[in-house]
Amino acid sequence: MEVPILRQGQYLIASIQSALTDADLSHLREALIAQVGRSRCRGVIVDVTALDVMDSFAVRTLRDIAHMARLRGAETVIVGIQPDVAFAMVQLGLTLKGVATVLDLEEGLAFLDGRTKERGLDLTKPKRPSGRG
Amino acid sequence: MGEELRLPIAADVDVVEARQQGRALAAVAGFSSGEQTVIAAAISEIARNILMYAKKGEIILSLVQNGDRQGVSVVAIDQGPGIPDIDRAMQYGYSTSHGVGAGLPGAKRLMDEFEVDSVVGRGTTITMKKWRRAI
Repeated sequence: MEVPILRQGQYLIASIQSALTDADLSHLREALIAQVGRSRCRGVIVDVTALDVMDSFAVRTLRDIAHMARLRGAETVIVGIQPDVAFAMVQLGLTLKGVATVLDLEEGLAFLDGRTKERGLDLTKPKRPSGRG
Repeated sequence: MGEELRLPIAADVDVVEARQQGRALAAVAGFSSGEQTVIAAAISEIARNILMYAKKGEIILSLVQNGDRQGVSVVAIDQGPGIPDIDRAMQYGYSTSHGVGAGLPGAKRLMDEFEVDSVVGRGTTITMKKWRRAI
């Protein structure tokens, strides 16, 4: 099952629709990292609302996505971790250390807006006034 | 009761299938949705272990009862290389396959009972159970 990746402004949104195999997850990682460069994205949102389990491989892949995207100049935020999934992750001893997580898509977009402005990377507005006047 | 579900594990889609079947069985046994997720995650870890180390094997799911306690039993069997150093394999963060090392110790944390029986060159059998908390 391929994960659709949508582009919204300067951000990529990968919205996971169903259970994913390890191969699907690896494919998502590669597709996202390639697309970050191709479309000069400043942010990546991975929406995991539909995931009903996150095991060590899924958590590692999400962490890899975030770290690799950062090396390519984009911030990543994971949105929509379900309460039961969070419960099992904590019991498994899995953390998403160093990876931003917020409740939902709306907060994810707000988070990325904040981060891009902070880093002075907002491409939607010119950095300096370009007029001569 | 007594009925078991045998699931072959030979590809990564089988890992997904095994954890989904495990969740369904845990629901039948009356586990909460949080505990169903925990059981599904544990199955995912040991099923992946089969794929990584033995390439193929089997997961056997069944309902179990102990007095008035109900539970789920998960048995993972493979004829792979076996685990040379079980103590080490059970150390959290130790991995021989560039994983995160959460596989076996992670699954153990999630379940109530966990047993590893492994013979080098012959294969590995992991038996784990989770019991429903008394209401």
